[in-house]
Amino acid sequence: MSSSNIEKWLETNTFHHGQFWDLLSLVREKERKGLKISLCIPTLNEEKTIGKEIVIFKSELMDRYPLVDEFAVIDSGSDDKTQEVAAAFGADVYFSGDILPNQGFKRGKGENLWKAIHQLEGDIVCYVDADIKNIHPRFVYGLVAPLIYNDDMHYVKAFYDRPMAFSGGIRPSGGGRVTEILVRPLFSLFFPELTSLIQPLSGEYAVRREVLQEIPFPIGYGVETSHIIDVYMKRGLEAFAQTDLDQRVHRNQTTLSLGKMSFGILQSFLNRMEAYDMVDKLPEMSNLFRQFQAEGNRYEQVVKEIIEEERPPMETIPEYREKFGLPPLS
Amino acid sequence: MAMDPLLNDVLSRVDDYRQKLTALREIILANTVMCGEIPSPTFREERLVRFLADRFTENDLQNIGTDEAGNAVAMLPGTEGKNNILLAAHTDKVWEEGVDHSVTVSGDRLVGTGVADNALGVATMVGLPDILSKLGIKLKNNLILLGTSRSMGRGDLGGLRFFLENSQRQPAAAVCLEGVQLGRLSYSSLGMERGELVVESHEERSNAGWGSTGAIVTMNRVVRQILEIRTPEEPKTTIILGSIVAGSAFNTPPQRATLRFEIRSEAPGMVSEISEQIQDIVHQVNAEHQITAHYSVVARRKPGTIGFNHPYTAAARNIMEALDVKPKVAPSISELSALLDRGIPSLTLGLTYGDNKHEVNEMIYIEPIFRGLAQLVALLEVIDGDLQDEQ
Repeated sequence: MSSSNIEKWLETNTFHHGQFWDLLSLVREKERKGLKISLCIPTLNEEKTIGKEIVIFKSELMDRYPLVDEFAVIDSGSDDKTQEVAAAFGADVYFSGDILPNQGFKRGKGENLWKAIHQLEGDIVCYVDADIKNIHPRFVYGLVAPLIYNDDMHYVKAFYDRPMAFSGGIRPSGGGRVTEILVRPLFSLFFPELTSLIQPLSGEYAVRREVLQEIPFPIGYGVETSHIIDVYMKRGLEAFAQTDLDQRVHRNQTTLSLGKMSFGILQSFLNRMEAYDMVDKLPEMSNLFRQFQAEGNRYEQVVKEIIEEERPPMETIPEYREKFGLPPLS
Repeated sequence: MAMDPLLNDVLSRVDDYRQKLTALREIILANTVMCGEIPSPTFREERLVRFLADRFTENDLQNIGTDEAGNAVAMLPGTEGKNNILLAAHTDKVWEEGVDHSVTVSGDRLVGTGVADNALGVATMVGLPDILSKLGIKLKNNLILLGTSRSMGRGDLGGLRFFLENSQRQPAAAVCLEGVQLGRLSYSSLGMERGELVVESHEERSNAGWGSTGAIVTMNRVVRQILEIRTPEEPKTTIILGSIVAGSAFNTPPQRATLRFEIRSEAPGMVSEISEQIQDIVHQVNAEHQITAHYSVVARRKPGTIGFNHPYTAAARNIMEALDVKPKVAPSISELSALLDRGIPSLTLGLTYGDNKHEVNEMIYIEPIFRGLAQLVALLEVIDGDLQDEQ
């Protein structure tokens, strides 16, 4: 673990979707390697955005460029028209509870992602959330392309880094509020290399099957955090890559719901610490806090040393004891 | 002209076309969504034009380019290539860049700014190679696909005019596409003049307030006088008052007021006659103390028509009826007039039903699109056959 490792990784494993605009070459490379690619959209009440996602992906990534071989919407039991709309535009729609019925049904996004591994047959599974307003084929090809071109990459995360307005030069970068307030500080303390992921919580990622089948899936908010720790412990930072997909427009969340999300993530984080036997053997905590800044398409970490030093209780200080007439400590 | 056997032939196939084209639903809708979500206010259409040029390239078309007027153009060569048929759709939208351009796809409709005007028209134009190849149709004449820029408002058909003035490949016939309404059949263009009339009051600033009248009062008088202009019912002539802008406060008479209007007429010469009367009103105002008025013409078109009985008009009506679409004849004031001006036989068609045009919840229905596409292909086949016979 070192800063130079992070810098090197940022240089070689961080992409911009624009690098993969040539879909024809991408499809050829996929075919040459004999890879099958599956796309999974987990849903719960997304009738407003699901239709467009399906239309765009099907037209651009199946009909026009055969990059995606199969495509499923896995729903946790929407009570709006999500399933109906998705089916109307020709997606294979599954109720999560119908997949692997012997394993029961739990309601949560992680459940859908997990069941997708069983339902879909691709060598690479790409997950894309259904709440994206500005959907575009890059949300898929930007994530699967690094896996198609690089055999040693296994898990590609999306990040989004195009502010609506920016005057130029160096800009602060990074993830959403939960990432910056909770996850990045935790990673900085315990898994500093994982801070290289600019948006560890983004819901869009592409993963090889051999990785998906070897890790557990929290059902709720913690699924992304837990994945990242597990893949890192098994395969190291080299297994990851990340792609800048520019802007993602979605609904904004209230602070209260971010609190719920943080609680779930913290549970998963502590679970992983327990699984790796780290709870009572905390590693030496790092004093370096790692954030991001960006200039154009170049990302670099801004490392700040933050030492929370501590003072003992005042009653243990001899001068204090003397001044206030307390007997000296033996 | 040996059109009847061909027309009958086409009519017998047109419903089959409709059915087959439903297989292209995702491609058509995805194109419409993408054309709709790229902002393209008049004069700032570069990104959409770039997108169209990329699509042309992906479809292996020839002579792909963007020109200095900002059009996107490409050619699908015909098997014989003697003549050129132009298929045009205007790329500009009425929406500014800052407006939310996202499109929603629900079960039976697309909703979003510009989906009807003119994302669907542009998407159909750019998707035509896919459509023809799906149906196994090869036209004998070259098909020129043109996304015309700077069409609306102050653009005044700039892109299409530039193309017609400068292109090496002059069209022998043309079809213009608009998203809505299915059944629209325009074969004539109205005489039209769009004008902007500005009234300015030059009363001393210190007097503004008590006793001052300001530009609104004068503008009000101008409007009343315009409304008194007699317009004949036949041939149909109208003056449309489209926008009036003046002032911003409760208690300060504004110094400036602007009126925008359009004069339309089916009769040659009528538009100029009315325009002169409006200019007389302007002169009258200018004679007054401390008030000036200024009139400028923003756009002007001559009336033109290919006639209700022209073989293309007749074919279009028959094709629509075969698809259970009720033709709605309406003269056009857009692309068609630039084409008719140059004697190019042309029609404008709508592609589907929709609602709320130019509102934020602009909407088009999905299912009728396939009738709209079938009608377009059938008409192109008729035109193609007709141009061939003329050789």
